[in-house]
Amino acid sequence: MRHIEKSQRVCITCTVNGVKRHGYAETRTLLSDFLRHELNLYGTHVGCEHGVCGACTILFDGSVARSCSTLAVQAEGLEITTIEGLAEDSALDGLREAFSRFGALQCGFCTPGILSSVSHFLSNHPSPTEEDVKDMLSGHLCRCTGYTGMVRAIMQFTETNQPKDSK
Amino acid sequence: MKPVPFDYYRPDTLEETLPLLAEFGEDALILSGGLSLGAMLNMRVARPQIVIDINRIGGLAGIEREDKWIKIGAMVRQEKLARSVDCWEVVPLLVKGLKNVGHYQTRSRGTVGGSIAHADPSAEMPLCLLTIGGEVELSSVHGVRQVPAKEFFLGALETSCREDEMVTAIYCSLQAVGTGTAFEEICERKGDFAIVSAAAWARREGEKLNIGLGLGGVEDKPVAIEVKNLRSSCEFLPSEIDDFVHSLNPLQDRRASEQYRRQLAIYLSQKVIKSAVGRCHSEAY
Repeated sequence: MRHIEKSQRVCITCTVNGVKRHGYAETRTLLSDFLRHELNLYGTHVGCEHGVCGACTILFDGSVARSCSTLAVQAEGLEITTIEGLAEDSALDGLREAFSRFGALQCGFCTPGILSSVSHFLSNHPSPTEEDVKDMLSGHLCRCTGYTGMVRAIMQFTETNQPKDSK
Repeated sequence: MKPVPFDYYRPDTLEETLPLLAEFGEDALILSGGLSLGAMLNMRVARPQIVIDINRIGGLAGIEREDKWIKIGAMVRQEKLARSVDCWEVVPLLVKGLKNVGHYQTRSRGTVGGSIAHADPSAEMPLCLLTIGGEVELSSVHGVRQVPAKEFFLGALETSCREDEMVTAIYCSLQAVGTGTAFEEICERKGDFAIVSAAAWARREGEKLNIGLGLGGVEDKPVAIEVKNLRSSCEFLPSEIDDFVHSLNPLQDRRASEQYRRQLAIYLSQKVIKSAVGRCHSEAY
């Protein structure tokens, strides 16, 4: 059993974007702050800090998670993928291109979280309906685009990039 | 928006966890998916001395289907339950409710036990569990007990789980053949806490009709009623259910007045009962 006292500042080791990384955290340090301030991964944005806006969404231990509602100490020994890791994933080139073409982002604050969600969502739902996509996007706040561009970009990406027999 | 300092324990087994609860009692809070607790910690609504992270206890994340019932472990992620074929077959109302819990992103981490133990008055899982007459398994160093949902939910964020206990599973009877179910809710935005939610099942036995109705978000805990041996085809609310809905004392807050909640409760009750009755035969497994 792992026990960390409130006064302790411990070394946390985890695999981030395929690389073993370590940084220091107290028990109350949020994973979002750990990624940004200890590992200098500023692509994970911090918005509401109570799990509503979705800006801090990352891939965590096989699920998609709000890093502001996760403790850094929870990540010990686990695998994390942030937008910096997804940026090097060539399978998502088409998605990024579609986001750009359909105006699926403007200020870009929500985009890292949304792309994290989309990559996880598409690995589970390779051929989603428009309703599925809207349902998934409801977990993110975007104040610029009105979401229409995102829905179009994701639908276009899945329609052109999926093998036909995957349906 | 940062939590207060606390001691962190991450047990690997239930045997390590229960003595911690016995020792620390109300000073300790259990961290499962973290979707509710994370927000409460950040806003300092929760100021625990101890946080016990149960995410690495493997034995709590299983789904076991037996002849008469299904047991769903407390650490089963909501998304896993939503996609479980077994659960869709035997407890479809639970799965229908679950699809309305939060968002894709929160269901991915959120757990069944967390939602039950948190007992938000408008949460879908407690409502569905109550409506289908499920039970909650509570474990402590003194042993394991099963509490029917109607005795478990006591009020807003209040349950009959003692300080030294934790929710380790839920039990549901398998849905009988010839039962139809329906779930509906109304929220300000998709994925928000529902203003009012309604769950219903209906079962035909010969000429008779049995109906169960549950309402969430109306009072400070989910409420349910079961009516047997009805004759009508239920185009409107049976009088017992109509009386029940009118006997409730709806909450009033910035989102909805008492009157509006009552209107929604009546409207949604009619809607789910009609759907459930209509599905009595098509939903047979």
